[in-house]
Amino acid sequence: MNINPYIIEFLQVAVVIGLAPAFVGWIRMLKCWFQGRTTAGLFQPYRDLRKLFSKEIVLAHNASWIFRFTPYLLFGTAVLAGAIIPILSIDLPLAATADVIVLIALFAIARFFLALAGMDIGTAFGGMGSSREMMIASLAEPAMLMAIFTVSLANKSTSLAEIVQVINSGQMMLRPSLAFAFIAFILITLAETGRIPVDNPATHLELTMIHEAMILEYSGRHLALVEWASMMKLYLFVSLAIAVFTPWGIAVKGSLAGLPAAIGFMIAKLGIAGLIIVLIETGLAKMRIFRVPDFLGVAFLMATLGMLSFFILD
Amino acid sequence: MNFDPINIALSSVLILLGTALIAPLFRKNQKFMITFSFILAAIASLLAVAAGVVTVEGALVEKMVLPIGLPDLPFHLRLDALAGFFLTVVGLLSLFVSIFSIGYVKGFLGHRSVTSLVIFYCLFIAGMLSVVLADDALCFLVSWEIMAGASYFLVIFENEKADNRKAALLYLVVAHIGAIAILLAFGILAGIASGGSFSGYTFDAMRQANIPPHWATAAFALSFFGFSAKAGVIPLHAWLPEAHPAAPSNVSALMSGVMLKTAIYGIVRITFDIIHVFPWWWGAIVLTLGLISTVMGVLYALMQHDLKRLLAYHSVENIGIILIGIGLSMIFISFKLPLLAALGLLAGLYHTMNHAIFKGLLFMGAGAVLHATGERNMEEMGGLIHKMPWTAAMFLVGCLSISALPPFNGFVSEWLTFQAFLLSPSLPNNLMKLLIPLGAAILALSGALAAACFVKAFGVTFLGHWRGHHKPHHLHEVDWTMRSGMLLAGLTCLGLGVLPTMFINWIDNIAQQLVGSTLSLSATQYGWMWLTPISYERASYSGFIVFIGILVVVAATYLLLHVKPGAIRRSAIWDCGFEKLTNRMQYNATSFAQPIRRIFGFLFSIRERVEQVPHAGHKAFPKKLHYYLSVRDRIWKWLYKPVIEASFWISRQAGRLQQGHIQTYLIYSFITILVLLLFLR
Repeated sequence: MNINPYIIEFLQVAVVIGLAPAFVGWIRMLKCWFQGRTTAGLFQPYRDLRKLFSKEIVLAHNASWIFRFTPYLLFGTAVLAGAIIPILSIDLPLAATADVIVLIALFAIARFFLALAGMDIGTAFGGMGSSREMMIASLAEPAMLMAIFTVSLANKSTSLAEIVQVINSGQMMLRPSLAFAFIAFILITLAETGRIPVDNPATHLELTMIHEAMILEYSGRHLALVEWASMMKLYLFVSLAIAVFTPWGIAVKGSLAGLPAAIGFMIAKLGIAGLIIVLIETGLAKMRIFRVPDFLGVAFLMATLGMLSFFILD
Repeated sequence: MNFDPINIALSSVLILLGTALIAPLFRKNQKFMITFSFILAAIASLLAVAAGVVTVEGALVEKMVLPIGLPDLPFHLRLDALAGFFLTVVGLLSLFVSIFSIGYVKGFLGHRSVTSLVIFYCLFIAGMLSVVLADDALCFLVSWEIMAGASYFLVIFENEKADNRKAALLYLVVAHIGAIAILLAFGILAGIASGGSFSGYTFDAMRQANIPPHWATAAFALSFFGFSAKAGVIPLHAWLPEAHPAAPSNVSALMSGVMLKTAIYGIVRITFDIIHVFPWWWGAIVLTLGLISTVMGVLYALMQHDLKRLLAYHSVENIGIILIGIGLSMIFISFKLPLLAALGLLAGLYHTMNHAIFKGLLFMGAGAVLHATGERNMEEMGGLIHKMPWTAAMFLVGCLSISALPPFNGFVSEWLTFQAFLLSPSLPNNLMKLLIPLGAAILALSGALAAACFVKAFGVTFLGHWRGHHKPHHLHEVDWTMRSGMLLAGLTCLGLGVLPTMFINWIDNIAQQLVGSTLSLSATQYGWMWLTPISYERASYSGFIVFIGILVVVAATYLLLHVKPGAIRRSAIWDCGFEKLTNRMQYNATSFAQPIRRIFGFLFSIRERVEQVPHAGHKAFPKKLHYYLSVRDRIWKWLYKPVIEASFWISRQAGRLQQGHIQTYLIYSFITILVLLLFLR
């Protein structure tokens, strides 16, 4: 029995919006356990969001429309990306809207506006966050592209649905090129989603902030949207990695029977991904900002090695 | 006179020339002259667009011989799909800029006479249009010189500033060195094509001539050098960031937006059309120089704090991106892969159109800011979004387009270029399989750096508080003509980004005529909404759905959150309890670029110096800090300085011949005659 792909599409967007805070909650919970602290539970991020939505907004006198528009745009691009990445099923009506390169550009447009919002108020922190964020993004981009390039070499496509289909149908198991690309992708994900060792999502120490510095002036529902969008971004990057490198278990042609299994697989894989992130975060300290180019250089090197090994070995 | 596209195009040129002739008659009434001439220029541009659109649409090839020129060497004109495309590019931006100019040029009234600006503006556009129409070396070079000469006079329009005069001189020198190279290239081709008669100077004769490979290489090398000098390809870019900011902003828009494109036109015309059979390494050279220009252009741009200079350096970057597409196409075609060659070529041409529109828009925006504040230095700006909301919004559209962000137009062409890169593994050459993908990484790097640069440009100019010491009182939004010029360009940016399939369908005939393959069969087979360059399985993009999708989700979220009215309280910014925040404490252009300056600093020669003024002689209590920073182009020191010094040295040595005694000069003549007699008996 098949169900309408539009229903799956709708379901998937709902899952991305709904489960993103739980994923962040899971990471925080694991982190607490690793550091021997008691946890606030899986649902604390939901409570945080609810609190923020009910608070009033305090805006600086000179905040322009860009500052007020940015939270909605961040949320909008995240939702759109959530409709494009094959998370539950390959057969998504909107999947053809964007290939991997467009998807990265969707995150780039969100980042562009967030950086502008950081500069809108005219505080030193906002500008500092924007400047650093754009620097890291520029260095992450070539590494990201090389990783995509390697993956697309193996699949002869940059279309996500096609990549997932090729890998899922088992035409290619464990290629060294993909292993290199996978390592590169993990490093880039850490940089792009602002995790340790590049940025610390928990810090409010002035000189170490990057993402937090840009959103320092936000409050109320604006802040809630920004936070929610950044949770979704983490969720989507991890989902992207899962889709590209380990898509096994995803529902193939909109079959009703495959859907619960797909959700089960997704939750299991996200659980493991959270564990990996927490292992990295507890194992490493945050780097100095000017060490980040080295870190991303390694990512670039890994991706390039992946490409070379494709030409040499495959 | 019938309504053939070529007649319409010719009448457009004639209207512009006529306007340049008539305009001085009204010099007593400057205000009327401005309105009158720029409206005529806009009409002429519209005619050029119409002619170009029809030509490309119908894949027409029309020819015409004009009874002017030298005796027995008449001017040949030809309008094919490639010429039609560039006619459209030039015409479209000229249309927007002419509308913008009506308001902008009025800003000079009361300060100076604008008669020369109006005359040379019309001549400049006429020159660019006829470069594209020319079908023989003579007509091409005459038009080329009209274009170069007119733009020289536009660059020194504000000639009381020494910097402007210096920039214009540099521009003139480089333009002419380039023109000489192009002349020599045509000389080689015509010499082989004519075979004893004088007919070889037409492009038709050159196309049919059987050019030996080494002469073809020489012609390509010379013409590529000449056109690169015009296009500002690194290392021949040094004039560009000097000359473009010096010109009035409407002229900067045209120079950056379309004049550089005539050089791209020349490269495509000579390689794909006239020589048409070439080895792969020509493409590799074009690709390599394109990549270097792209990444160096954007890095130089990041170091600038003069808004117009920053934009000028971005022209270097974007010319690089165009050359990447064209270079890839040249490589593909030399390995007989016409479909991929069509993809590369169309990516390059698409970016040509896009860059014309968004760079025109950005320069118009910079012009509007200059008009309102009298300031080009970003460090002295800030918070303009409140006083100039229209300009800010349009400038933002330009920033998003040039930073290659969907759903705007710059993204589509960069995405197509990436797709061309991703198809390079189908080349039969192993070395290239390995090296070309690294080019894609460089393009990705420069795309992201461009985004950083435009966050800086927009953020520092329009956001935050006013950074300067003295805030001008007369800050105002610009008038409706300037706004509508920018608005039209902004809408075109969005249209080209959201409906790429229509544009690809339209320019496809160029690929058909030049590389013998079309893209539209595969690229638009899933309807107007989906762009699928090679196949649906390979990659797809829908700018329309991205645009509508973002719009719908943003609107829905907004409405959901505003069901019950939420309170917004305005208050002063949070100052960490410091209480002495000043506007000088904001991030500015220099500080924004600091991380990138530090990482890529080895590419520049950077001098940084901090001076302390101690309080009462104690170093521990600084009273004032002075920070000096100079970032210079290394190429200037490595390439231009030696050449300049060598040419001065040669001149000095040659100068020794000049004694001032008539007797000595007579001896020179006598010896010359003797030598000539000896050799030419």
